[in-house]
Amino acid sequence: MCTLEKRGRVLILTLTGSGEHRLGPGLISSLRSALATARSDPSVAALVTAGEGRFFSNGLDLAWAKNSSEGLSTLVRLVKPLIADLISLPMPTVAAVTGHAAAAGMMLAVAHDYVYMRGDRGVLYMSELDIGLPFPDYFMDLMQAKITDPRTLRDVTLRAKKITGTEAKERGIVDKVCQSASETVAEAVKMAEELAGRNWDKGVYASIRLSVYPKLCKSLEIPQESDEAVRKHFASRL
Amino acid sequence: MCTLEKRGNIYLLTLTGSGEHRFNPSLLSSLRAALSSLLCSSHAPNSALITCAEGKFFSNGFDQSWVRSAPPSQHRIISDLLRGLISDYLSLPMPTVCAVTDHAAAAGCALVLAHDYVVMREDRGFFYMSELDVGLKFVKYFEVFFNEKIPDNQTRRDVLLRSARVTAREAMARGIVDRAAQGIEGTIEEALRLAEEVAATVSDGSKLAEKRKLMFSETWRHVSAAGGSKL
Repeated sequence: MCTLEKRGRVLILTLTGSGEHRLGPGLISSLRSALATARSDPSVAALVTAGEGRFFSNGLDLAWAKNSSEGLSTLVRLVKPLIADLISLPMPTVAAVTGHAAAAGMMLAVAHDYVYMRGDRGVLYMSELDIGLPFPDYFMDLMQAKITDPRTLRDVTLRAKKITGTEAKERGIVDKVCQSASETVAEAVKMAEELAGRNWDKGVYASIRLSVYPKLCKSLEIPQESDEAVRKHFASRL
Repeated sequence: MCTLEKRGNIYLLTLTGSGEHRFNPSLLSSLRAALSSLLCSSHAPNSALITCAEGKFFSNGFDQSWVRSAPPSQHRIISDLLRGLISDYLSLPMPTVCAVTDHAAAAGCALVLAHDYVVMREDRGFFYMSELDVGLKFVKYFEVFFNEKIPDNQTRRDVLLRSARVTAREAMARGIVDRAAQGIEGTIEEALRLAEEVAATVSDGSKLAEKRKLMFSETWRHVSAAGGSKL
């Protein structure tokens, strides 16, 4: 479902296989496990997430939901802590969007601190409007946090626009556009290495990320430190 | 520490001396005292305030050596004074222009953004939120303030979560700074020009202050909590 590879201080998480990397209970669990590994390994200082094949991720495993008694609401419920894991990960994260990222798959991508994407093929696409599904609240909170240009947010959510890497860069969703999947991964790893090289304190990084996205972290039920705890941390470092 | 002078209808608040203008209780209290004279009295209409600095730094943030020498129970004094200073700028009954005459770092950046308009020197100086680099977390009012003042995701991420050193030109392109200029004098002159332009449009400063507090209502809620008490 996914593999982990260490390159120096960067951990590369790859969604494997030529399929759509749809988020069902199995893949969600594997991803959470991989993120737990990243979190607990002191030698890991940055994360890159990439996909094999034509897709980064095409969203929730709707086929599983149809065949299961628990249905779609279960998957929505299971993806929330996965997104929370990324938003609370105590290190910089870079998404290497190597193919289509749709719906929950797009959420997975934009939940990273930096988004690199190939420009030669593949789109970002919130398909929900087209397929008649609602947005979970935390999807909208994530989009409002990461897509701050109002017209872009409108086109993504109310127009279900399919956005190429190039357009996504122009509109502030993507940080860098590359010419192929492999270049996207290489550039993402390079960026991750640069960020790892800044030698930031992991706890401080995680704390500042929550400060950058306070509404999102409330939505994902990630607790933020009190001012008193922040002051205690400050005093302890003097 | 600082001087307040008047040039026509423009007030000029200068962080004096050639040092880093780091925020300790003395400097923050002096700044607040200077602003209190503008908060309390009524003014001629069409006034404005410019804040600038002498020397090689606009402000390099909190005075760490003061903090190290103070007992832990007193540390929050400078954070609270900065909070009060921000509430003063939000309440000021006239437009405010920051002339970023050289490097602004950490809490020094908060002082910059507390203004309505920013003119920044382009031949030297960075806007640099160094907290991540030095390992400092944010207290709530600080976080709320930066979120309201820098709403663009990528800009806010680069400034806060990447500790980017931002030049005047980049800051302008990204919407943090309004104008760029050459040299200290050039920056202050451009700030004076901008201050005159905006002052001409504001005859009722108190109404301006009300709207500013409404525009940044979350920040106002967090910085006015202490009732704007001066320590």
